[in-house]
This record gives sequence, C-alpha cells and structure tokens, in this order.
Amino acid sequence: MAESGRSAEPILKLRGVSKQFGAVQALADIELDIHAGEVVALVGDNGAGKSTLVKILAGVHQPTAGTIEFMGKPVTLDSPGKALEMGIATVFQDLSLCENLDVVSNLFLGHELSPWRLDEVQMEVRAWTLLRELAARIPSVREPVASLSGGQRQTVAIARSLLLDPKIIMLDEPTAALGVAQTAEVLNLIERVRDRGLGVILISHNMEDVRAVADRIVVLRLGRNNGIFTADSSNAELVSAITGATENAVSRRQARKLEETGA
Amino acid sequence: MTEPQSALDRSDSRVRHDEGIGDAIRGFIDRVRSGDLGMLPVIVGLILIATVFWSLNPVFLAPNNLANLLFDAAAVGCISLGIVCVLMLGEIDLSVGSMSGLASAILGVVWVKMGLPVALAILVALASGAFMGFVYATLLNRFGMPSFVSTLSGLLAMLGLQLYLLGSTGSINLPYASAMVRFGQIHVMPAWFSYLLAVLPGAVILWLGLDRMRRRRAVNLSNPGGLSVLLAQAGILTVVLLGAVHYLNQGRGIPWMFGLFVLLVVIMNYALTRTKWGRAMFAVGGNREAARRSGINVNRIRISAFMLCSSLAALGGILAASRLASSSQQAGTGDVNLNAIAAAVIGGTSLFGGRGSAWSALLGIIVIQSISNGLTLLNLSSSLRYMITGAVLAIAVIVDSLARQSRASHGRA
Repeated sequence: MAESGRSAEPILKLRGVSKQFGAVQALADIELDIHAGEVVALVGDNGAGKSTLVKILAGVHQPTAGTIEFMGKPVTLDSPGKALEMGIATVFQDLSLCENLDVVSNLFLGHELSPWRLDEVQMEVRAWTLLRELAARIPSVREPVASLSGGQRQTVAIARSLLLDPKIIMLDEPTAALGVAQTAEVLNLIERVRDRGLGVILISHNMEDVRAVADRIVVLRLGRNNGIFTADSSNAELVSAITGATENAVSRRQARKLEETGA
Repeated sequence: MTEPQSALDRSDSRVRHDEGIGDAIRGFIDRVRSGDLGMLPVIVGLILIATVFWSLNPVFLAPNNLANLLFDAAAVGCISLGIVCVLMLGEIDLSVGSMSGLASAILGVVWVKMGLPVALAILVALASGAFMGFVYATLLNRFGMPSFVSTLSGLLAMLGLQLYLLGSTGSINLPYASAMVRFGQIHVMPAWFSYLLAVLPGAVILWLGLDRMRRRRAVNLSNPGGLSVLLAQAGILTVVLLGAVHYLNQGRGIPWMFGLFVLLVVIMNYALTRTKWGRAMFAVGGNREAARRSGINVNRIRISAFMLCSSLAALGGILAASRLASSSQQAGTGDVNLNAIAAAVIGGTSLFGGRGSAWSALLGIIVIQSISNGLTLLNLSSSLRYMITGAVLAIAVIVDSLARQSRASHGRA
C-alpha cells in the first residue's frame, strides 16, 4: 500500500461503523483511514453505501454503531454544522446550493463576513479570488445560482467547501455532470487540494477518473469493505471487487468484445 | 481614477456589462420579461386603482382621505410585515388576525380593566405574541406539524381566548384622551419633520452608494451603473417623496402611526438584506436542506420567523385598538387575516418561499387599503368589499405563480 512516508496517524479513522435504515443494513462494520495529503477514492456499485457513508461523515446521518476518530480523538458528528466546524467539508451529489441566492451568498452561506452588517464587497473579492484560484469560469457572481450551468454549479459547490480551510474534503460524484475539459479541471483541482495537505475523499463511478488521482481505492460492496487497491491495480480487479465476482456483466461484455474483434 | 483594463469581475467577455442609465433600463426590461417582476405589478396596480376610484369619486385622492388611509394602513401593515417573515420560509401563519384581536383584548383588560400602566399592557400583549410564535415554531420543529394546520387551530383557540377575556360586555373602551388613542387617531408629524424625512432616504441612498462605489474601486471591482444611475435613483426617490409629503401636508399631514410602520419596514428590510440572519431566512426558504448542510440552524431560524410574525401581529392589534379606541370582540376578525396575507403577496413576496422583501408589506397594504377605502367611499357594503379583495388576492397569487414559472424557464431563481 502507498502509505509509507505519510504520517502514521490518520486524520480520520472509522472503526466498525454501521448504519441501519429500518430493516435495511446500509453499512456494516466499515473501516476507513484518511491521511493528510492523500486522495482516497470510495467506489462501489449503486446501493453499496457510499452516499450513506458520506452523509455520516458530513453529520447528516448518525451511525447506528461504531466509532469515528478525527485527529486522534473520538468524535460524534451530530449535525452538519459540527462536521463543518471540525474541518470536514462536503460537496454533495445534489450540490446543496440555494438557487434563489447569488454565487457570493452561496459561497459564504452560514459563514458570512461581519454578521450584523454583511461585508458584500469583501465577500465578493474573496469569491472572485477563490474562483480564480480554481481557474473557474463563472461569468458573474451576482447572478442567482439558478442561472448557472451544471459544471458551473459544481465549481461553486467545490469552491464553497474550500472556503473554510477544511482538513478533509469529501466529493460525492464531482465529475458526473461535467464535460471533458471541466472534468480535467476538477481533477486538477483535487490534486491541488491534496497538495495543500488536505485529505480528499472522492466518490465516483468513473474508474478512469478514480485511477487518475486516487492514492488508494477503497471498495465498498453491499455496505461492507471489499478490499483496498492502488491506482495501478487493473480494471478487472477493481470491477470484480465492486461487483463481487470475477464473472460479471463487465467481464462478460469484455470477453464478447474480444471475441468479436478476434474473429 | 479610470476603470482598470480588467476589473476583478469583468474578465469574462460572455457577460453583458451594464454601464450608465440606458443599460440599467435595458437590464430592468430584461428582468421583467423573464418574470422577475419585482415591484412592477403593484405599482401598475396602484396607478390603476387610484385612477378608477378618483374618476368615480374625486374625494378618494383628497389629502385628508389619503391621511386617513395611512392611519388605517399602519395596523394591518404591521401584521403583514410579520407575514412576510413566515412566507419567506415558505410557511404561513393563518392566525395573525386572531393574534391581533387577542392582543387588543389583552391591552384592554390589562390597561383599562385592571388599571395597570399602558406600557405594561403593551408589553404583555407583545409577549403573548412572541409566545404564540414560539409555540407554532416548536410544533413545526418537534412534531413536523405543518404551519398551515397549527396556525389554523391557533386561530380558533385565540379567538376563543379573546372572547373569554372580553367577557359578557363584549368590548372595552380605551380612554379617549390618552396618548395611546391620540397616537392612533390624531397625532401627525410636524410639517418640517415630514419634509426632513422625505429627503432622508435619497440622501442615505446616495451616501451608502458613494461609499460602496469607493470601496469597490479600492479592491478593483467594477461599479455597475456607476454614478449616473445612483444619482437618478436618489433624485427620483427624493422628488416623489417630497411631492407626496407636500400633498399630504395640504391636509392633516402624515400620521406618526404610519411613520412607526415605515420605520419597522426599514428595520426589517435591513435585517433581511444586510445581516447573516436575513441571508439564512432566504436560504431556508430557497432550499432548506442546503441551508441545514451549510451549518444554518434551521430550527432557530424558524423560531425567529414565527416569533417575529406573531409579535408583529400583536403590535398590529395594539395599533388597531388605539385606532378604534376600543378592544372589541370584532377586533381581528373578518378580513384582517386575509388582508394581511394578501398585502404581502400582492407586494411581491412569494408564497413559495425564498423570495420577497419587507417593502412588499408596505406597498401591498397600500393597495389593499386603497381598495377598501375606495369602496367605502362609493358606499358599497362590506359584502362587495370582501368579494373584490378576494379577487385581488387571487390575481396576485396567479401573477406570482406565472412569474415563478417564467423565471424557471428563463433560468432565474
């Protein structure tokens, strides 16, 4: 594993985390370590429990069992505000932006400068600076978010998570709605964030993206850990861990393609 | 200092950058076309209403009648200002009428019947409002009880309490010579003071605008519109206000009670647009889950909104009592409830949450009160007045709904 050279103590340590929704066991006995300056990809099929895990770390859901250690201390994340305060920032799949507010308001939502007399000028400057650092292409920060495209909204959501100088940033499917260039931008962005010493949790269905940036790839299957891989493991290995069988829809399709081209 | 080649917010060539008055007007027309109507419907409506009633009975526009209209508008206007707060969250309070009636009953009982100081009576009435708001918010937060239902049951309960407090006599007369009643019926601003107030908004706009321009230039941000638009805004506002004040001063003048209402609107407007609390109000109304995830305490925001709404409703009841010089069983019943809600919606606060402004209470109540006043001048019975007000509310909601659909299709919030 590619952990040598990194500080031994992870920023975030999950042990035996479980989550039940009624009769459904969404997560069972999850173990996960995140170190500073590391991109960990969380992959798995639909219903593997990735989004549930993200929501637990973001303080949206509470785990039914298990411990979460942050910076070496056990913590309970009982509200999104608490997770943010501690330094766990999340970019949700649905982005969680307020469409009726403009970009600046969304970026600073809940953390406005000078609460009794909002400093709009200073907030706008910081918004532009941040968006420039991310090489973002947002035409105007004074338009309501409703008028932005999907990629632009994604950028705003990522920029917002970085505003509070978090220790860990979680990205739930950040490239799903993006074009080629914008995907590359987001991947660059992820690397830039990692180089700043942050831990990054990346959730994606796109194996190409995952392998491009991830230091470790953690596979979930049906709510359980199903192996940890590195970026140089083969696609077949990953897919079989994700689907739980070496013989699966993907391998069958590949075999068929191979036959067709061979014939 | 000239504009640097690339102001921080002007680097993207895809955006049209408005400069000067011509572009500002063009931007306004674009916004209206896409369904961002703002205050336009209400201003058009006001002009229409004034023309119709004036042609039917010229007394409508007489200065003294307008002063009366302002006296009447203040009480329901305050209630409507509270409604703006809950509508902003996409919630509703249907009990504001009863709340105002209960507050006026409390005022009568504590002040006149029990003989305690009037200030204490007002305080008790306001506190009862704050308490009711807290109850509604808690029912919503703890039990997920829709505000529509909880306030409907509150409506009936408070009406009952009001009747109980007033007892068999049915009404309590407030001392006619007291400052409280004179405030509600007679007191108007001295002319010099009203002129001063008329000049103030323009001056403040100009001052704040110049300060903002200076600070933006200092950090390399552009100034859309620039000085010309700012001067035009301040100038037009000052001329309109001076004209209105001058006209009203031909008659009785401007009621202090209306002044109090406008002051509350200005404070609310500041709170909604320039504070963290106001931003949170818009966020919760626009996307509650997103607001929660950005660390906003949604429950606390709801409590603040419902408490403000009920307290302002109580204040409206107190003002209405001082206007009528009595606390009666009829206070707060009839069309008070609907007028307050209609005023907020007509003024441009959306029923769907996340859009609105404190000014909508002011503009909306003037529309509602003009209709009611005009119909009274025509000697029409309240039956007809109810029907017409109902129709106006329906039209306002339809306009809100259509504008919302249009905004969605034009990519605006």
